[in-house]
Amino acid sequence: MSKMTLKTEGDTHVIVTRRFAASPEAVYRAHTDPKLIQQWLLGPEGWTMPVCINEARRGGKTRYEWRNGKGGGFYLTGEYLELEPYRRIVHVERMHLPDPTPDNHIETRFDAEGTGTLMTMRMTLPDAQTRAAMLATGMEYGMEASYDRQEGMI
Amino acid sequence: MEGLNAAFSALADPTRRAILARLAEGEATVMELAQPFKMTQPAISQHLKVLEEAGLIVRRIEGTKRPRRLAKAGIQAMDQWLAMLRKALEKNYDRLDEVLAGMEQNKKGKKR
Repeated sequence: MSKMTLKTEGDTHVIVTRRFAASPEAVYRAHTDPKLIQQWLLGPEGWTMPVCINEARRGGKTRYEWRNGKGGGFYLTGEYLELEPYRRIVHVERMHLPDPTPDNHIETRFDAEGTGTLMTMRMTLPDAQTRAAMLATGMEYGMEASYDRQEGMI
Repeated sequence: MEGLNAAFSALADPTRRAILARLAEGEATVMELAQPFKMTQPAISQHLKVLEEAGLIVRRIEGTKRPRRLAKAGIQAMDQWLAMLRKALEKNYDRLDEVLAGMEQNKKGKKR
C-alpha cells in the first residue's frame, strides 16, 4: 500500500496526500519548526538545507536554501497567508533557479484520522503552462534522485 | 532498444523535457510552444525535430499549422517522470516519518 498520492486536478492544481502515524499537532510542527524541517525536506541523497527560516505567523516569511555539496543549490521563498495551528496552513512560495518561478499557492490541511494524520496539500498554479513547468522541474529533481541511486548501486 | 536510447538522449535536454510537459497539457502549435521558453521558433522547431525523431511527439496538419501532441512513447515518458517525482517526494516523507517517531520518543522521555 502506498501511503502517498500525487495527482493533477483541472488545469492548474496539483494534489498531494500522505498519511502519518502521528498527531496533526506533530505533523504541523514538523512543517513549521526550522529545526525539524531541516531534517526531512531534503530531496535526493546528499542534499542539505543549511538555511531554514520559517516565521510561522500570518504574513511571516519562509526561506529555504538547499545545497548538494558539489557546488550546486537553489532556494525557495514564501509568505504565510493563514495559519490555523495544527489544522491548516495557507501560503505562497516560489523557487529561485535563480530566476523566480511564478507563485505556487498552497493550502495544507492536517486532518486527524484514527490515531494518525491525513495531510492534504492543494497547490494552485497561475496557469496550465506554469504547472507543466513546475512538474518538469520536479521531474529533473526526481531524475537526479534516481541517478544518485544508480551511482549508489555501482 | 535503439528507440529507447533515442528517447533517452532526447530527454537529456531541460527545454525538451519542458516542451514534453507542456504537451502533456494538450496539443500546441510551434508558436504556442516558443512563447514561454523565450526562444525563437527555429530553435523550438529544432527541439521538436529531435523529439519527433525519438518518437516522443507527433504532428498533425491543419492548414498552415502543424500542431504537436504527445505520441504513445511520450505519454509513457511523462508517466515515468511523474513516478520519479512521486519517489522523490516519498523519500522526503519517509524521512519525516522518522522525525515524527523521534518527536514521539522525546515526548515519552520527558514524561518519565
